[in-house]
Amino acid sequence: MKSNMTSEPKPDMKSDRKPGIKQESKPAPTDPILKIDGLSKAFGGVTALKDVSFDVFPGDVLGIIGPNGSGKTTIVNSITGFIKPGSGRIYFKGKNITGRPPHKIADLGVTRTFQIMRPYHSLPAYKNLVIPLFSPRAKRTGGWRGGGRLGNRQTIAIDILEEIGFERDSYIPFKKTSTLPTGYLKRLELARCLALKPEIIICDEVFSGLSMSEIASMVPLIERLQDEGITIVMIEHRLRELFQVANRVMVLNFGEKLIEGSPSEVMADERVKAAYFGSEEVEEVMTYA
Amino acid sequence: MKDQASRKERIDRGIKVRTDGLYALMSWRELSYLTLPRFILIAGMLALPFLVPGMYWQRVISIVCIYAILALSFDFLAHYVGLVSLGGAFFIGTGGYIAGILNSYFGVPPFLTVPLAALIGGVVCTVLLLPCLPLKGVYFAIVTLMYPLFMARIIEAFDIFGGTDGLTGIDSFSSSFAEQYFVIAMVLVFLFGIRRFVTTDRGLIFTAIMDNDQAVKASGISITRYKALAVFIASAMGCMAGACLTHIYMWSGISQFALDFSILPIAATVIGGAGTLVGPLIGCLILVPVSELLRDFGTLRIAFYASILVGFILFRSDGIMAFGQRKYEQFERWTQI
Repeated sequence: MKSNMTSEPKPDMKSDRKPGIKQESKPAPTDPILKIDGLSKAFGGVTALKDVSFDVFPGDVLGIIGPNGSGKTTIVNSITGFIKPGSGRIYFKGKNITGRPPHKIADLGVTRTFQIMRPYHSLPAYKNLVIPLFSPRAKRTGGWRGGGRLGNRQTIAIDILEEIGFERDSYIPFKKTSTLPTGYLKRLELARCLALKPEIIICDEVFSGLSMSEIASMVPLIERLQDEGITIVMIEHRLRELFQVANRVMVLNFGEKLIEGSPSEVMADERVKAAYFGSEEVEEVMTYA
Repeated sequence: MKDQASRKERIDRGIKVRTDGLYALMSWRELSYLTLPRFILIAGMLALPFLVPGMYWQRVISIVCIYAILALSFDFLAHYVGLVSLGGAFFIGTGGYIAGILNSYFGVPPFLTVPLAALIGGVVCTVLLLPCLPLKGVYFAIVTLMYPLFMARIIEAFDIFGGTDGLTGIDSFSSSFAEQYFVIAMVLVFLFGIRRFVTTDRGLIFTAIMDNDQAVKASGISITRYKALAVFIASAMGCMAGACLTHIYMWSGISQFALDFSILPIAATVIGGAGTLVGPLIGCLILVPVSELLRDFGTLRIAFYASILVGFILFRSDGIMAFGQRKYEQFERWTQI
């Protein structure tokens, strides 16, 4: 069990995970890497977020769940600068990044995927990764696994694609993204974040639209990213897989934070059951856990 | 059927491999299959001044080239960056006036004013267009349409740079021969330069911005910077064309901000084939001479001109270039089995 879950009284559901994957403990974090303080946002008369505050600690996998329209994507858009929050502050490593333009925030290492995949559809898959490698951050860091010096961009792009699950010795990395199936495009979204050597990846429903087997192959990938020290915030509807990887879960309902805690705490909460799960599904997930 | 033991075969059979745009060349014959169209285009353009009769039509060639540069810049902005610009007249006018001012006030010779006008004009146009860069599609088009009108009215109202009379007595190129080859060389350099540039990895960033600007932002790249760079490239080309126009007519005036310079390049791009870069040049080679031939019909000219355009849009909406390319790739030959 990880030591940054010190507040947890009960053993969490992750203890039954396969040994050898990620059992090593990390040093107890003191400062949050990402601090959201009193975030509110209204679109016209619709309140999307109302005074939401939470912290993300280094090495965390924070799951954010909630019914449709509960403000999950608005949180992502606010953190990454795609919309300006109505009020509230967002701190990255203690620095206020509220309202900065998206490319500046990505330059700090706060990256995101899009719920509706946004590939460059007229370019082949590997060229999709050459683009982020032109960013100032990639130049500084050398891309994922890069040692500070950027080598040949196309080689790095193909390397990243291979690690993320594109078959290297096939023509798939060279196919136009408009012809690729959803599974590859979701991976491409993650790969675009990785090309920047990110500190945080905010995944907006990476599992949605995937088949069960595709999700099953994505889960180890997320775990591997966490092992590499990348902090992950996951917005997800696939609870089963989310509870497998997340060490903390936050529940949103109508733009308000309902509860935040370990997966087992969250599932035990009556309000969450009422707002989101429906008793049947909770039982199913609990049995699985 | 020539013989029982032979069959038809596409010429590009065996050259074109599975991935688009990659060719496996095995012989001079296959190499020439690929390079011949380019060679014909270059040779044809260079031979053009010798092929046409008389001073009048030689002047038309220069005008064709000026429109071709504008159309190229439009095609680059619209189909490789995603900014539909109606600012052709703005670029021409700015470049034309800068060349005129440099020549008539400071006595700078034409072969220096043209590159200077391209540089200064590019910077001026980019800075003025900077506030519009967040706009997309038709909104950018509408705003860019306003710029030439704005500039013309400013010059008229404040009576600067000769006011409505314009700047006169500007030096011409040293000879008509120099003039034609200068503009032809520029067209060819820009055509092959941009074709090359948009396929480099850095050039692909522009395509990426067109495809999905949000994803480019999320990749930590400032899209405003790259859009500004693209506008600079396009407006520098347009200003260069405008500077040439000033020296050809030995005059620069408000009519250089006329909307013809915004509209005709777009028509040429539609006819020639959008996104092909060669298409706009071919479109200009057709449209400008046709427009000259129709001068005898007086005002009916516009009616003929419009019918040609509508005909193209109805029957060849993908443009001459896309059609020609398809036919060229479908060429067949008889081979022994």
